[in-house]
Amino acid sequence: MLSVTETQEIVFSADLLNKCGDIVSRYPDGKQKSALLPILHEVQAVYGWLSPEAMDKVAEFLDIQSIEVYEVATFYSMYFMRPQGKFVLEVCRTGPCCLVGAEKIMHYIGEKLGVKEGEVTADGLFSYRGVECLAACGYAPVLQIGPEYTFYENLTTDSVDQLIENLKKKI
Amino acid sequence: MGRKLLLEHINVPGINTLKVYREKGGYRAVEKAIKTMSTDDVVEEVKKSGLRGRGGAGFPTGMKWSFLAKPEGVARYLVCNADESEPGTFKDRYLMTHIPHALIEGMIVSSYALGAHTSYIYVRGEMMPQIRILEKAIAEAREAGFLGKNILGSGYDLELYVQPGGGAYICGEETALLESLEGKRGNPRIKPPFPAIAGLYGCPTVVNNVESIAAVVPIINDGGEEYAKIGIGRSTGTKLISASGNINKPGVYEIELGVSVEDFIYSDEYCGGIANGKRLKAVVAGGSSVPILPANLILNLVNGDQRLMSYESLSEGGFVSGTMLGSGGFVVLDEDQCVVRNTWNFARFYHHESCGQCSPCREGTGWMEKVLHRLEYGHGKMSDMDLLVDVSKKIEGNTICPLGDAAAWPVASAIRHFRDEFEWHVSNPALAVKENYGLANYADPLPPVVAVEA
Ligand SMILES: Cc1cc2nc3c(=O)[nH]c(=O)nc-3n(C[C@H](O)[C@H](O)[C@H](O)COP(=O)(O)O)c2cc1C
Ligand code: SF4
Ligand code: FES
Repeated sequence: MLSVTETQEIVFSADLLNKCGDIVSRYPDGKQKSALLPILHEVQAVYGWLSPEAMDKVAEFLDIQSIEVYEVATFYSMYFMRPQGKFVLEVCRTGPCCLVGAEKIMHYIGEKLGVKEGEVTADGLFSYRGVECLAACGYAPVLQIGPEYTFYENLTTDSVDQLIENLKKKI
Repeated sequence: MGRKLLLEHINVPGINTLKVYREKGGYRAVEKAIKTMSTDDVVEEVKKSGLRGRGGAGFPTGMKWSFLAKPEGVARYLVCNADESEPGTFKDRYLMTHIPHALIEGMIVSSYALGAHTSYIYVRGEMMPQIRILEKAIAEAREAGFLGKNILGSGYDLELYVQPGGGAYICGEETALLESLEGKRGNPRIKPPFPAIAGLYGCPTVVNNVESIAAVVPIINDGGEEYAKIGIGRSTGTKLISASGNINKPGVYEIELGVSVEDFIYSDEYCGGIANGKRLKAVVAGGSSVPILPANLILNLVNGDQRLMSYESLSEGGFVSGTMLGSGGFVVLDEDQCVVRNTWNFARFYHHESCGQCSPCREGTGWMEKVLHRLEYGHGKMSDMDLLVDVSKKIEGNTICPLGDAAAWPVASAIRHFRDEFEWHVSNPALAVKENYGLANYADPLPPVVAVEA
């Protein structure tokens, strides 16, 4: 469900518009819709999630219907339909990772942050969720953090503690 | 030591840069192909090599290329499948991270062979760091004159772009990938028409896996016949195997096809044996979609011969006692792992990743997940095993794309080979949530294989 939490005026920065224009130039004339997925990543990197207003702006930019953007954004797991913590810890929960303790790590992260999967901590900094195989099964357990999708591999409870401390310092 | 064609220079410092890659002989294949070979010559070498698609299905690459339609005045496309999302598979990420130019070089040679002037590498969106690495490598290659207009003065033009996905396993399926590349939901297309006739933007298109494309480089450098000398039978060349789970040395290994499974698991050159001194229980040999086999059947064939890491040997015995090489995602389970839990986990994965177009897949994967969940959590019934087999049969072969089969096989094979473990979960519900069934009679040292029924 698309839920509108607050309406915000969306103005794409010159930098973002440049990036979007550059992406569109990769496809043949008239096939600018191909730019949709990459542009949604760029927009999410700026705003942290994809609000209906932001998606409407993308539709306008690509000269397609808003519904064409919504149906795509809701199909793919990387696009957030509501605001998230500043850092979203995405832990792989698929079979091979579970063979070497991914479930324990995920449970530990939940306890440490004191929130349920998908919820944001009170300070707005963190949320976490389970995601499917990240093509890093040999370095399990693993998690990733967007928007650059940095990988953290061979996780232990100690390395999770360390990671969360480091992220707090980055603020 | 087996021969290495793709990973030979993986440990050379700076091999991710064009400079060092060239010092190690990189871009020779581009020079050789573009300057001295016709496009048909390149296709012919790939045919001779016997190279089979490394993305999972194992379709001969040269043959796929020769099916590409070439109507006058219509663009053709090469699209590289770097969606790598099959659980247990992480070789493409490894290759792109460490030797990005191997893929770029392969893309240039392959695009030339197919007459494509615009090519795309579709990388799963989560691999943002790899996308940056590839973009940098492309910029370097362009700077050096290997991309762009009039490559090496030959008159051949090629533009190469990297396209991120949005997070969806189904976009690894080639027609879903093309839909996604067109900016749509990743719903697989009904075939025919095949991409070779109507692919990207309705134009003739070849989709190949990262590893298949990288393998074209040594094939052009050394010749298809040399490549075909490596390996065994119709399994020619080398293959990247992603090894994970309960082994001493998880990682990506390049093997000559035909090494024995036993060597692969236990020798120090590869996995280095089962971790923590435990014993082997089961293996998922080719990514989550292929049938799981107990230790005795993965190590040996029913006739007692050693099973080998090759397309033919792994599938020997069909689905009764065999499995598949698939994408080369080799997942090892030790004696402490629960097959019911692992099967439930995979079923949840397929339910989550079903695109929802076909009812048997959309509904069936959900039912399988539900029933496996109740078995794992102590609420199962003895009739559940037959129910699961029944659901899996109703999905298999009745869907638009092979994801349905991929969801059905792991469940059907787990029940075929581990039925006693499932039954134990039903008869001991309280115990089953606390402990695992253990090794039973599957382990090494190998017990004699008792008659396996169909
Ligand atoms: C559900 C599903 C997922 C797939 N995922 C991948 C993938 O991640 N990478 C890949 O190369 N092929 C994948 N494939 C296989 C592709 O459809 C296609 O056969 C392959 O990219 C062809 O390349 P190849 O001939 O070089 O192997 C998948 C197929 C299915 C049905
Ligand atoms: S089999 Fe499943 S994933 Fe494939 S098209 Fe049908 S519903 Fe979609
Ligand atoms: S199963 Fe976790 S990265 Fe593959």
